[in-house]
Amino acid sequence: MALRVLAFARLRELLGFGERTLEVGPSATLEDVWVSLTAGSPEAGRMRASTRFARNGVMVDGTTRVSDGDEIALLPPVGGG
Amino acid sequence: MIAIGPEPIDLAALIAAVSRPAHGAICSFLGTTRETSPGDDRPVEALDYEAYVELARADFEAIAAEARARWGPLEIAICHRTGRVALGEASVAVAVGSPHRGAAFDACEFAIDTLKAKAPIWKRETYRDGDTAWIANTPP
Repeated sequence: MALRVLAFARLRELLGFGERTLEVGPSATLEDVWVSLTAGSPEAGRMRASTRFARNGVMVDGTTRVSDGDEIALLPPVGGG
Repeated sequence: MIAIGPEPIDLAALIAAVSRPAHGAICSFLGTTRETSPGDDRPVEALDYEAYVELARADFEAIAAEARARWGPLEIAICHRTGRVALGEASVAVAVGSPHRGAAFDACEFAIDTLKAKAPIWKRETYRDGDTAWIANTPP
């Protein structure tokens, strides 16, 4: 199944995309998505503890399963204002 | 009034948006870009803001709804810039109009504190030497 993944700020720079599609297997969780996306970037991988996930605009944790067509966002620590 | 985008902040427009005949108070807050970050004395050349606009807009709406529930009746406007913001310009603005000043001050402070803690918006500083860094917020 296919996901639309958004990456922001430092994660966007390290992962090399702001938006991409990602194919994942059935019953994949957000942790699986994270591991798949950061496999090539140890520096991004080290940001796991400070990264939050949103699924279709709702904050969720890494154990959440994804569904075909989901919009997944990877959110590093915020700095607005 | 909720706005997230590259346009410069128009404080007069925010104030007009929260003005009502029944109001006796308007409290506004402007956050402006600073030439140095706490704990880092390198001079900043420019700041760039990035937002997950859909979620940030939903957060702003939720902040406005909570402010109305806790301190209403009131009108509230929240605006945040994206893209490059020159030093000294406003990157964020909150305005609250209400019948009395106590509620306006409290709701304005709540809105900016909550926005800074939660809204999916990011800030990158570019220093005069060309180096860059993403700056995370610290609790007020």
